[in-house]
Amino acid sequence: MLLDLTTHLGRISLKNPVLVASGTFGYGEEYAELIDLNQLGGIITKSVTLKPREGSFPPRLTETPAGMLNAIGLENPGVELFLKEKLPFLSQFDTKIIVNIAGEKEDEFCQVAEKLSKAKTIDALEVNLSCPNLRRGGYILGKDPEVVFSLIQTLKRVTDLPLLAKLTAAVSEPTEIARAAEEAGAEALSLINTLPGMAINIQTRRPRLGNITGGLSGPAIRPIAVRVVWEVARAVRIPILGMGGIMKGDDALEFILAGASAVAVGTANFVDPTTPGQTIKQIENYLKKNKIRRFRELIGKVET
Amino acid sequence: MIQSKGEILFNQEVAPSCWKMQLLAPEIANQAQPGQFVHLRCTENYSPLLRRPFSLHRASERKIEILYQIIGQGTRLLAEKVQGETVDLLGPLGRAFQVKGQPEIIVLVAGGVGIAPLYFLAETLLKKPPLNSKLILFYGVKSKENLLGYGDLKKLRINLEIATEDGSLGFEGEILQLFQSRLLSFLSQSLQVFACGPLGMLKNIASLSLKYNFPAQVSLEKTMGCGIGVCRGCVIKGSQGYLRVCKEGPVFPVEDIDWAAIS
Repeated sequence: MLLDLTTHLGRISLKNPVLVASGTFGYGEEYAELIDLNQLGGIITKSVTLKPREGSFPPRLTETPAGMLNAIGLENPGVELFLKEKLPFLSQFDTKIIVNIAGEKEDEFCQVAEKLSKAKTIDALEVNLSCPNLRRGGYILGKDPEVVFSLIQTLKRVTDLPLLAKLTAAVSEPTEIARAAEEAGAEALSLINTLPGMAINIQTRRPRLGNITGGLSGPAIRPIAVRVVWEVARAVRIPILGMGGIMKGDDALEFILAGASAVAVGTANFVDPTTPGQTIKQIENYLKKNKIRRFRELIGKVET
Repeated sequence: MIQSKGEILFNQEVAPSCWKMQLLAPEIANQAQPGQFVHLRCTENYSPLLRRPFSLHRASERKIEILYQIIGQGTRLLAEKVQGETVDLLGPLGRAFQVKGQPEIIVLVAGGVGIAPLYFLAETLLKKPPLNSKLILFYGVKSKENLLGYGDLKKLRINLEIATEDGSLGFEGEILQLFQSRLLSFLSQSLQVFACGPLGMLKNIASLSLKYNFPAQVSLEKTMGCGIGVCRGCVIKGSQGYLRVCKEGPVFPVEDIDWAAIS
Protein backbone atom coordinates (compact mmCIF):
# COMPACT_ATOMS: atom_id res chain seq x y z
CA MET A 1 0.00 0.00 0.00
CA LEU A 2 1.39 3.36 -1.04
CA LEU A 3 0.94 5.68 1.92
CA ASP A 4 0.08 9.34 1.59
CA LEU A 5 1.67 11.17 4.50
CA THR A 6 1.06 14.67 3.20
CA THR A 7 -0.82 17.16 5.30
CA HIS A 8 -1.50 20.90 5.40
CA LEU A 9 -1.26 23.72 7.85
CA GLY A 10 -3.41 26.09 5.83
CA ARG A 11 -1.35 27.17 2.82
CA ILE A 12 1.68 25.27 4.10
CA SER A 13 1.88 21.84 2.43
CA LEU A 14 3.93 19.29 4.32
CA LYS A 15 5.34 16.07 2.90
CA ASN A 16 4.81 14.43 6.26
CA PRO A 17 3.28 15.50 9.56
CA VAL A 18 6.40 15.53 11.76
CA LEU A 19 8.22 18.79 12.42
CA VAL A 20 10.71 19.86 15.05
CA ALA A 21 9.68 22.44 17.64
CA SER A 22 11.15 25.87 18.16
CA GLY A 23 13.99 26.15 20.65
CA THR A 24 14.84 22.46 20.52
CA PHE A 25 16.60 22.40 17.16
CA GLY A 26 18.56 25.66 17.02
CA TYR A 27 18.90 26.63 13.36
CA GLY A 28 19.54 23.07 12.22
CA GLU A 29 23.32 23.11 12.01
CA GLU A 30 24.13 20.82 14.92
CA TYR A 31 21.48 18.19 14.27
CA ALA A 32 22.43 18.08 10.58
CA GLU A 33 25.58 16.27 11.74
CA LEU A 34 23.47 13.54 13.30
CA ILE A 35 20.30 13.13 11.24
CA ASP A 36 19.05 13.79 7.71
CA LEU A 37 17.08 17.02 7.86
CA ASN A 38 15.43 16.19 4.52
CA GLN A 39 13.29 13.58 6.24
CA LEU A 40 11.51 16.21 8.35
CA GLY A 41 8.12 17.64 7.49
CA GLY A 42 9.43 20.99 8.64
CA ILE A 43 11.85 22.80 10.90
CA ILE A 44 10.68 25.51 13.26
CA THR A 45 13.66 27.64 14.19
CA LYS A 46 14.63 28.94 17.57
CA SER A 47 12.97 32.31 18.23
CA VAL A 48 14.35 35.24 16.29
CA THR A 49 14.03 38.75 17.71
CA LEU A 50 14.74 42.19 16.26
CA LYS A 51 17.93 42.71 18.25
CA PRO A 52 20.32 40.02 19.48
CA ARG A 53 19.43 38.74 22.94
CA GLU A 54 21.93 37.52 25.49
CA GLY A 55 19.42 35.29 27.27
CA SER A 56 18.71 34.61 30.95
CA PHE A 57 21.10 34.45 33.85
CA PRO A 58 22.09 30.81 34.55
CA PRO A 59 21.26 28.22 35.71
CA ARG A 60 18.92 27.98 32.75
CA LEU A 61 17.88 24.36 32.85
CA THR A 62 16.90 21.77 35.40
CA GLU A 63 15.48 18.29 35.13
CA THR A 64 12.10 17.45 36.66
CA PRO A 65 10.05 14.23 36.75
CA ALA A 66 9.55 13.15 33.11
CA GLY A 67 10.42 16.65 32.00
CA MET A 68 12.64 19.65 32.24
CA LEU A 69 12.32 23.30 33.15
CA ASN A 70 14.10 25.90 31.09
CA ALA A 71 14.58 29.63 31.14
CA ILE A 72 16.85 30.32 28.19
CA GLY A 73 15.40 33.79 27.73
CA LEU A 74 15.23 33.71 23.93
CA GLU A 75 19.00 33.91 23.46
CA ASN A 76 19.44 34.49 19.72
CA PRO A 77 21.65 36.42 17.30
CA GLY A 78 18.87 38.76 16.10
CA VAL A 79 17.07 38.85 12.76
CA GLU A 80 19.88 40.40 10.68
CA LEU A 81 22.44 37.78 11.64
CA PHE A 82 19.82 35.04 11.30
CA LEU A 83 19.18 36.05 7.70
CA LYS A 84 22.87 36.34 6.89
CA GLU A 85 24.34 33.37 8.73
CA LYS A 86 21.63 30.88 9.69
CA LEU A 87 18.97 30.89 6.98
CA PRO A 88 21.28 29.99 4.04
CA PHE A 89 22.23 26.75 5.76
CA LEU A 90 18.63 25.78 6.51
CA SER A 91 17.56 26.60 2.97
CA GLN A 92 19.59 23.75 1.47
CA PHE A 93 17.19 21.13 2.76
CA ASP A 94 14.02 19.74 1.27
CA THR A 95 11.82 20.63 4.22
CA LYS A 96 9.58 23.54 5.21
CA ILE A 97 11.28 26.35 7.08
CA ILE A 98 9.11 28.02 9.67
CA VAL A 99 10.78 30.87 11.53
CA ASN A 100 9.64 31.51 15.08
CA ILE A 101 9.48 35.22 15.87
CA ALA A 102 9.33 36.88 19.26
CA GLY A 103 9.33 40.36 20.70
CA GLU A 104 8.28 42.52 23.58
CA LYS A 105 6.08 44.92 21.61
CA GLU A 106 3.86 44.70 18.54
CA ASP A 107 6.25 46.92 16.62
CA GLU A 108 9.16 44.55 17.24
CA PHE A 109 7.20 41.57 15.93
CA CYS A 110 6.28 43.60 12.85
CA GLN A 111 9.82 44.69 12.07
CA VAL A 112 11.10 41.12 12.37
CA ALA A 113 8.26 39.83 10.17
CA GLU A 114 8.96 42.48 7.53
CA LYS A 115 12.64 41.65 7.36
CA LEU A 116 11.97 37.92 7.15
CA SER A 117 9.34 38.40 4.44
CA LYS A 118 12.04 39.55 2.05
CA ALA A 119 13.77 36.17 2.23
CA LYS A 120 12.67 33.75 -0.47
CA THR A 121 13.22 30.51 1.40
CA ILE A 122 10.98 30.96 4.44
CA ASP A 123 7.68 29.09 4.25
CA ALA A 124 5.92 30.54 7.27
CA LEU A 125 6.31 32.42 10.53
CA GLU A 126 5.39 31.07 13.92
CA VAL A 127 4.44 33.90 16.25
CA ASN A 128 5.65 33.26 19.78
CA LEU A 129 2.74 34.44 21.89
CA SER A 130 3.58 32.29 24.84
CA CYS A 131 7.22 32.31 25.93
CA PRO A 132 7.04 31.98 29.71
CA ASN A 133 10.49 33.50 30.10
CA LEU A 134 9.85 36.86 28.52
CA ARG A 135 8.16 38.85 31.25
CA ARG A 136 7.27 41.90 29.27
CA GLY A 137 6.66 40.11 26.00
CA GLY A 138 4.85 37.20 24.41
CA TYR A 139 3.60 35.46 27.50
CA ILE A 140 1.59 38.37 28.81
CA LEU A 141 0.54 39.36 25.29
CA GLY A 142 -0.61 35.84 24.61
CA LYS A 143 -2.96 35.68 27.59
CA ASP A 144 -5.23 38.41 26.30
CA PRO A 145 -7.47 37.50 23.33
CA GLU A 146 -7.75 41.14 22.22
CA VAL A 147 -4.00 41.61 22.17
CA VAL A 148 -3.57 38.34 20.23
CA PHE A 149 -6.20 39.46 17.71
CA SER A 150 -4.56 42.84 17.23
CA LEU A 151 -1.04 41.45 16.89
CA ILE A 152 -1.95 38.80 14.33
CA GLN A 153 -4.05 41.29 12.37
CA THR A 154 -1.22 43.84 12.33
CA LEU A 155 1.30 41.20 11.29
CA LYS A 156 -0.97 40.15 8.44
CA ARG A 157 -0.63 43.69 7.08
CA VAL A 158 3.15 43.56 6.96
CA THR A 159 3.70 40.02 5.69
CA ASP A 160 2.18 37.63 3.18
CA LEU A 161 3.81 34.65 4.86
CA PRO A 162 1.40 32.23 6.55
CA LEU A 163 1.28 32.86 10.30
CA LEU A 164 1.15 30.16 12.93
CA ALA A 165 0.12 31.50 16.32
CA LYS A 166 1.95 29.66 19.10
CA LEU A 167 -0.34 29.84 22.08
CA THR A 168 -0.08 29.13 25.75
CA ALA A 169 -2.13 26.51 27.54
CA ALA A 170 -1.63 28.29 30.85
CA VAL A 171 -4.98 30.08 30.71
CA SER A 172 -8.39 28.94 31.86
CA GLU A 173 -9.88 29.15 28.34
CA PRO A 174 -7.34 28.40 25.60
CA THR A 175 -10.21 28.28 23.11
CA GLU A 176 -10.88 32.03 23.49
CA ILE A 177 -7.35 32.92 22.51
CA ALA A 178 -7.44 30.36 19.72
CA ARG A 179 -10.60 31.90 18.29
CA ALA A 180 -9.07 35.37 18.50
CA ALA A 181 -6.05 34.18 16.51
CA GLU A 182 -8.31 32.51 13.96
CA GLU A 183 -10.48 35.58 13.49
CA ALA A 184 -7.40 37.73 13.01
CA GLY A 185 -6.30 35.49 10.16
CA ALA A 186 -3.81 33.05 11.60
CA GLU A 187 -3.13 30.21 9.17
CA ALA A 188 -2.79 27.63 11.93
CA LEU A 189 -2.22 27.29 15.67
CA SER A 190 0.78 25.80 17.43
CA LEU A 191 -0.29 24.16 20.67
CA ILE A 192 1.15 24.09 23.25
CA ASN A 193 4.19 26.04 24.46
CA THR A 194 5.96 25.06 27.69
CA LEU A 195 3.97 25.57 30.87
CA PRO A 196 5.27 27.90 33.59
CA GLY A 197 6.86 25.99 36.43
CA MET A 198 9.32 26.22 39.29
CA ALA A 199 11.72 23.97 41.17
CA ILE A 200 13.59 24.69 44.40
CA ASN A 201 16.80 23.25 45.78
CA ILE A 202 15.81 22.58 49.39
CA GLN A 203 19.44 22.42 50.56
CA THR A 204 20.36 25.89 49.35
CA ARG A 205 16.74 27.14 49.53
CA ARG A 206 17.32 28.75 46.16
CA PRO A 207 15.25 28.33 42.99
CA ARG A 208 16.91 25.90 40.61
CA LEU A 209 16.72 28.44 37.78
CA GLY A 210 18.43 31.82 37.67
CA ASN A 211 15.19 33.23 36.28
CA ILE A 212 13.33 31.68 39.30
CA THR A 213 10.56 30.27 37.07
CA GLY A 214 10.79 28.57 33.71
CA GLY A 215 8.92 26.62 31.08
CA LEU A 216 8.10 22.96 31.70
CA SER A 217 8.40 20.56 28.76
CA GLY A 218 8.66 16.84 28.13
CA PRO A 219 6.30 13.89 28.65
CA ALA A 220 5.11 15.45 31.93
CA ILE A 221 3.00 17.99 30.01
CA ARG A 222 1.67 15.70 27.29
CA PRO A 223 -1.80 14.95 28.70
CA ILE A 224 -2.39 18.68 29.15
CA ALA A 225 -1.27 19.35 25.59
CA VAL A 226 -3.48 16.60 24.14
CA ARG A 227 -6.48 17.93 26.05
CA VAL A 228 -5.91 21.50 24.87
CA VAL A 229 -5.48 20.39 21.25
CA TRP A 230 -8.73 18.45 21.51
CA GLU A 231 -10.62 21.39 23.01
CA VAL A 232 -9.26 23.92 20.55
CA ALA A 233 -9.78 21.64 17.54
CA ARG A 234 -13.50 21.64 18.31
CA ALA A 235 -13.57 25.42 18.68
CA VAL A 236 -11.77 26.55 15.50
CA ARG A 237 -11.68 25.65 11.81
CA ILE A 238 -7.99 26.36 11.19
CA PRO A 239 -5.50 23.50 11.48
CA ILE A 240 -3.45 22.77 14.60
CA LEU A 241 0.18 21.85 14.94
CA GLY A 242 0.26 19.74 18.10
CA MET A 243 3.21 19.50 20.46
CA GLY A 244 4.09 18.84 24.08
CA GLY A 245 6.14 15.88 25.23
CA ILE A 246 6.07 13.79 22.05
CA MET A 247 8.67 11.04 22.46
CA LYS A 248 7.47 8.53 19.86
CA GLY A 249 4.89 7.74 17.20
CA ASP A 250 2.21 6.67 19.68
CA ASP A 251 2.39 10.07 21.36
CA ALA A 252 2.18 11.88 18.03
CA LEU A 253 -0.88 9.81 17.11
CA GLU A 254 -2.66 10.94 20.28
CA PHE A 255 -2.31 14.55 19.15
CA ILE A 256 -3.45 13.68 15.64
CA LEU A 257 -6.51 11.79 16.85
CA ALA A 258 -7.27 14.73 19.16
CA GLY A 259 -7.34 17.01 16.12
CA ALA A 260 -3.80 18.06 15.19
CA SER A 261 -3.02 18.13 11.46
CA ALA A 262 0.70 17.81 12.16
CA VAL A 263 2.96 17.51 15.20
CA ALA A 264 6.28 18.84 16.40
CA VAL A 265 8.91 16.96 18.37
CA GLY A 266 10.58 19.16 20.98
CA THR A 267 12.39 18.11 24.12
CA ALA A 268 12.77 14.57 22.73
CA ASN A 269 15.38 15.93 20.30
CA PHE A 270 17.69 16.42 23.29
CA VAL A 271 17.04 12.92 24.56
CA ASP A 272 17.37 11.15 21.22
CA PRO A 273 17.99 13.06 17.99
CA THR A 274 16.54 10.19 15.96
CA THR A 275 13.07 10.76 17.50
CA PRO A 276 11.53 12.73 14.58
CA GLY A 277 12.61 10.10 12.03
CA GLN A 278 11.40 7.26 14.21
CA THR A 279 8.11 9.05 14.83
CA ILE A 280 7.50 9.27 11.06
CA LYS A 281 8.20 5.52 10.69
CA GLN A 282 5.95 4.64 13.60
CA ILE A 283 3.10 6.69 12.15
CA GLU A 284 3.59 4.86 8.83
CA ASN A 285 3.44 1.53 10.62
CA TYR A 286 0.25 2.51 12.39
CA LEU A 287 -1.34 3.51 9.08
CA LYS A 288 -0.33 0.21 7.47
CA LYS A 289 -1.53 -1.82 10.39
CA ASN A 290 -4.89 -0.06 10.35
CA LYS A 291 -5.09 -0.14 6.54
CA ILE A 292 -5.35 3.61 6.22
CA ARG A 293 -3.73 4.96 3.07
CA ARG A 294 -4.04 8.70 3.68
CA PHE A 295 -2.62 10.11 6.86
CA ARG A 296 -5.11 12.99 6.78
CA GLU A 297 -8.00 10.60 7.43
CA LEU A 298 -6.75 10.19 11.00
CA ILE A 299 -6.94 13.83 11.99
CA GLY A 300 -9.46 14.39 14.79
CA LYS A 301 -10.74 10.81 14.70
CA VAL A 302 -10.83 10.28 18.43
CA GLU A 303 -14.13 8.64 19.38
CA THR A 304 -15.66 10.23 22.42
CA MET B 1 30.01 13.89 16.59
CA ILE B 2 28.48 10.43 16.46
CA GLN B 3 25.41 8.81 17.96
CA SER B 4 25.90 5.11 18.57
CA LYS B 5 24.96 2.21 20.81
CA GLY B 6 27.98 1.23 22.85
CA GLU B 7 28.19 -2.27 24.24
CA ILE B 8 29.30 -2.40 27.87
CA LEU B 9 32.53 -4.41 28.17
CA PHE B 10 32.76 -3.92 31.91
CA ASN B 11 31.14 -1.77 34.58
CA GLN B 12 32.59 -2.05 38.04
CA GLU B 13 33.02 -0.20 41.31
CA VAL B 14 36.64 0.93 41.54
CA ALA B 15 36.42 2.95 44.77
CA PRO B 16 33.61 3.69 47.24
CA SER B 17 30.64 4.93 45.12
CA CYS B 18 32.92 5.40 42.11
CA TRP B 19 32.49 3.29 39.00
CA LYS B 20 34.35 2.69 35.82
CA MET B 21 32.56 1.68 32.63
CA GLN B 22 34.20 0.51 29.45
CA LEU B 23 32.22 0.60 26.22
CA LEU B 24 32.80 -0.65 22.72
CA ALA B 25 32.44 2.49 20.59
CA PRO B 26 34.98 2.40 17.76
CA GLU B 27 33.96 5.60 15.97
CA ILE B 28 33.86 7.69 19.13
CA ALA B 29 37.12 6.17 20.40
CA ASN B 30 38.74 7.02 17.11
CA GLN B 31 37.92 10.72 17.33
CA ALA B 32 38.13 11.24 21.10
CA GLN B 33 40.49 13.83 22.50
CA PRO B 34 41.32 14.38 26.18
CA GLY B 35 38.89 16.84 27.74
CA GLN B 36 35.99 15.92 25.47
CA PHE B 37 32.92 14.17 26.82
CA VAL B 38 30.20 11.70 25.90
CA HIS B 39 26.52 12.40 26.55
CA LEU B 40 24.78 9.17 27.41
CA ARG B 41 21.36 7.85 28.23
CA CYS B 42 21.20 6.13 31.60
CA THR B 43 17.84 4.56 30.81
CA GLU B 44 15.57 3.84 27.87
CA ASN B 45 12.57 5.32 29.65
CA TYR B 46 12.06 8.90 30.82
CA SER B 47 13.14 8.69 34.41
CA PRO B 48 15.48 10.48 34.29
CA LEU B 49 14.65 12.12 30.99
CA LEU B 50 17.88 13.80 29.98
CA ARG B 51 21.25 12.37 28.99
CA ARG B 52 24.19 12.67 31.36
CA PRO B 53 27.59 14.06 30.32
CA PHE B 54 30.80 12.25 31.33
CA SER B 55 34.38 13.18 30.56
CA LEU B 56 36.23 10.60 28.51
CA HIS B 57 38.61 8.84 30.87
CA ARG B 58 40.37 6.74 28.26
CA ALA B 59 40.01 5.94 24.61
CA SER B 60 41.91 3.18 22.92
CA GLU B 61 41.41 1.81 19.45
CA ARG B 62 37.82 0.69 19.74
CA LYS B 63 36.93 1.30 23.35
CA ILE B 64 36.14 4.22 25.58
CA GLU B 65 36.04 4.46 29.35
CA ILE B 66 34.24 6.76 31.73
CA LEU B 67 34.65 7.19 35.47
CA TYR B 68 31.60 8.23 37.42
CA GLN B 69 30.54 8.89 40.94
CA ILE B 70 27.08 7.84 42.05
CA ILE B 71 25.33 11.12 42.77
CA GLY B 72 21.71 10.76 41.72
CA GLN B 73 19.17 8.67 39.88
CA GLY B 74 21.01 8.66 36.54
CA THR B 75 24.32 7.43 37.86
CA ARG B 76 22.57 4.89 40.11
CA LEU B 77 20.89 3.38 37.05
CA LEU B 78 24.16 3.42 35.18
CA ALA B 79 25.83 1.43 37.95
CA GLU B 80 23.14 -1.26 37.63
CA LYS B 81 24.05 -1.96 34.02
CA VAL B 82 25.98 -5.10 33.27
CA GLN B 83 28.36 -6.38 30.64
CA GLY B 84 26.66 -6.96 27.28
CA GLU B 85 24.00 -4.29 27.69
CA THR B 86 24.18 -1.28 25.38
CA VAL B 87 24.14 2.41 26.16
CA ASP B 88 23.10 5.15 23.73
CA LEU B 89 26.07 7.48 23.29
CA LEU B 90 26.58 10.88 21.72
CA GLY B 91 30.16 11.95 21.30
CA PRO B 92 32.89 12.92 21.36
CA LEU B 93 31.59 16.36 22.30
CA GLY B 94 33.02 19.72 23.28
CA ARG B 95 36.43 21.29 23.27
CA ALA B 96 39.50 19.35 24.38
CA PHE B 97 42.54 20.37 26.46
CA GLN B 98 45.09 22.07 24.25
CA VAL B 99 48.78 22.05 25.03
CA LYS B 100 50.33 25.02 23.28
CA GLY B 101 53.85 24.45 21.97
CA GLN B 102 56.35 22.62 24.19
CA PRO B 103 56.24 24.01 27.72
CA GLU B 104 59.03 22.91 30.05
CA ILE B 105 56.55 21.80 32.67
CA ILE B 106 53.00 20.53 32.25
CA VAL B 107 51.07 20.32 35.50
CA LEU B 108 47.80 18.47 35.85
CA VAL B 109 45.67 19.15 38.93
CA ALA B 110 42.91 16.64 39.70
CA GLY B 111 40.40 16.76 42.54
CA GLY B 112 38.45 13.54 43.19
CA VAL B 113 36.70 12.13 40.13
CA GLY B 114 38.25 15.08 38.22
CA ILE B 115 41.07 12.66 37.52
CA ALA B 116 38.94 11.20 34.69
CA PRO B 117 39.92 13.51 31.79
CA LEU B 118 43.40 14.27 33.16
CA TYR B 119 44.41 10.62 33.09
CA PHE B 120 43.43 10.57 29.42
CA LEU B 121 45.46 13.75 28.85
CA ALA B 122 48.55 12.33 30.59
CA GLU B 123 48.31 9.07 28.70
CA THR B 124 47.87 10.87 25.37
CA LEU B 125 50.77 13.24 25.98
CA LEU B 126 53.06 10.35 26.86
CA LYS B 127 52.04 8.39 23.78
CA LYS B 128 52.87 11.24 21.46
CA PRO B 129 56.68 11.40 21.45
CA PRO B 130 58.76 13.33 21.83
CA LEU B 131 57.34 14.98 24.92
CA ASN B 132 60.14 17.14 26.17
CA SER B 133 58.02 18.60 28.93
CA LYS B 134 58.22 17.43 32.49
CA LEU B 135 54.77 16.05 33.37
CA ILE B 136 53.53 16.37 36.95
CA LEU B 137 50.15 15.21 38.22
CA PHE B 138 48.75 16.61 41.46
CA TYR B 139 45.92 14.37 42.57
CA GLY B 140 43.85 14.93 45.67
CA VAL B 141 41.17 12.76 47.28
CA LYS B 142 39.51 12.44 50.69
CA SER B 143 41.27 9.26 51.67
CA LYS B 144 43.57 6.77 49.93
CA GLU B 145 40.67 4.36 49.33
CA ASN B 146 39.16 7.04 47.07
CA LEU B 147 42.12 7.08 44.69
CA LEU B 148 41.01 6.10 41.21
CA GLY B 149 43.33 4.11 38.97
CA TYR B 150 46.31 4.55 41.29
CA GLY B 151 47.95 1.40 39.93
CA ASP B 152 47.71 2.67 36.35
CA LEU B 153 48.93 6.12 37.33
CA LYS B 154 52.04 4.70 38.98
CA LYS B 155 52.87 2.95 35.73
CA LEU B 156 52.82 6.21 33.74
CA ARG B 157 56.12 8.07 33.33
CA ILE B 158 54.97 11.09 35.31
CA ASN B 159 55.78 12.72 38.61
CA LEU B 160 52.88 11.88 40.86
CA GLU B 161 51.98 14.11 43.81
CA ILE B 162 49.20 12.73 45.99
CA ALA B 163 47.26 14.54 48.68
CA THR B 164 44.65 13.01 50.98
CA GLU B 165 42.48 15.05 53.28
CA ASP B 166 42.91 12.51 56.08
CA GLY B 167 46.63 12.05 55.48
CA SER B 168 46.27 8.33 54.70
CA LEU B 169 48.63 8.74 51.74
CA GLY B 170 50.99 11.49 50.62
CA PHE B 171 50.46 15.07 51.68
CA GLU B 172 47.82 15.62 54.36
CA GLY B 173 45.42 18.30 53.18
CA GLU B 174 43.89 19.60 50.00
CA ILE B 175 45.56 19.17 46.65
CA LEU B 176 45.52 22.89 46.03
CA GLN B 177 47.72 23.49 49.09
CA LEU B 178 50.23 20.98 47.78
CA PHE B 179 50.14 22.49 44.29
CA GLN B 180 50.55 25.99 45.70
CA SER B 181 53.51 24.96 47.82
CA ARG B 182 55.33 23.76 44.69
CA LEU B 183 54.15 26.40 42.31
CA LEU B 184 56.90 28.95 42.93
CA SER B 185 59.57 26.40 42.07
CA PHE B 186 57.93 25.87 38.65
CA LEU B 187 57.69 29.49 37.71
CA SER B 188 61.27 29.93 36.55
CA GLN B 189 60.38 27.68 33.62
CA SER B 190 57.57 27.77 31.06
CA LEU B 191 54.51 26.19 32.62
CA GLN B 192 51.02 25.13 31.53
CA VAL B 193 48.38 23.92 33.96
CA PHE B 194 45.35 21.71 33.25
CA ALA B 195 42.78 21.08 35.96
CA CYS B 196 39.53 19.29 36.70
CA GLY B 197 37.80 19.00 40.04
CA PRO B 198 35.56 20.90 42.46
CA LEU B 199 34.63 24.44 41.44
CA GLY B 200 36.43 26.00 44.42
CA MET B 201 39.68 24.35 43.39
CA LEU B 202 39.29 25.57 39.81
CA LYS B 203 38.52 29.11 40.96
CA ASN B 204 41.71 29.13 43.00
CA ILE B 205 43.74 27.88 40.07
CA ALA B 206 42.25 30.66 37.95
CA SER B 207 43.33 33.31 40.44
CA LEU B 208 46.82 31.78 40.77
CA SER B 209 47.07 31.77 36.99
CA LEU B 210 46.27 35.48 36.94
CA LYS B 211 48.58 36.31 39.84
CA TYR B 212 51.62 34.40 38.60
CA ASN B 213 50.90 34.72 34.93
CA PHE B 214 50.91 31.10 33.73
CA PRO B 215 48.36 29.69 31.26
CA ALA B 216 45.75 27.35 32.69
CA GLN B 217 42.79 25.42 31.28
CA VAL B 218 40.02 23.96 33.40
CA SER B 219 37.23 21.48 32.71
CA LEU B 220 33.83 22.64 33.99
CA GLU B 221 30.52 20.89 34.41
CA LYS B 222 26.94 22.07 34.31
CA THR B 223 23.52 20.45 33.91
CA MET B 224 23.09 19.90 30.19
CA GLY B 225 20.15 19.50 27.84
CA CYS B 226 21.16 18.57 24.32
CA GLY B 227 24.95 18.45 24.89
CA ILE B 228 25.63 19.68 21.35
CA GLY B 229 25.11 23.44 21.59
CA VAL B 230 21.47 23.69 20.55
CA CYS B 231 19.47 24.38 23.68
CA ARG B 232 21.77 26.91 25.36
CA GLY B 233 20.81 25.49 28.73
CA CYS B 234 24.32 24.89 30.09
CA VAL B 235 25.78 28.37 29.76
CA ILE B 236 28.13 30.04 32.20
CA LYS B 237 29.10 33.69 32.34
CA GLY B 238 32.20 34.31 30.27
CA SER B 239 34.33 37.42 30.12
CA GLN B 240 32.59 38.24 26.80
CA GLY B 241 29.04 37.00 27.33
CA TYR B 242 27.58 33.58 27.92
CA LEU B 243 29.48 30.44 26.96
CA ARG B 244 28.03 27.00 26.41
CA VAL B 245 29.83 24.42 28.55
CA CYS B 246 28.94 21.72 26.00
CA LYS B 247 30.27 23.59 22.98
CA GLU B 248 32.76 26.33 23.87
CA GLY B 249 33.78 24.06 26.79
CA PRO B 250 33.87 21.90 28.81
CA VAL B 251 37.55 22.91 28.76
CA PHE B 252 38.08 26.65 29.05
CA PRO B 253 41.19 28.81 29.30
CA VAL B 254 40.69 30.40 32.75
CA GLU B 255 40.72 33.92 31.33
CA ASP B 256 37.59 33.20 29.28
CA ILE B 257 35.46 32.79 32.40
CA ASP B 258 33.90 35.51 34.56
CA TRP B 259 34.77 33.74 37.81
CA ALA B 260 33.02 36.29 40.02
CA ALA B 261 29.69 35.36 38.38
CA ILE B 262 30.08 31.62 38.89
CA SER B 263 28.91 29.83 41.99
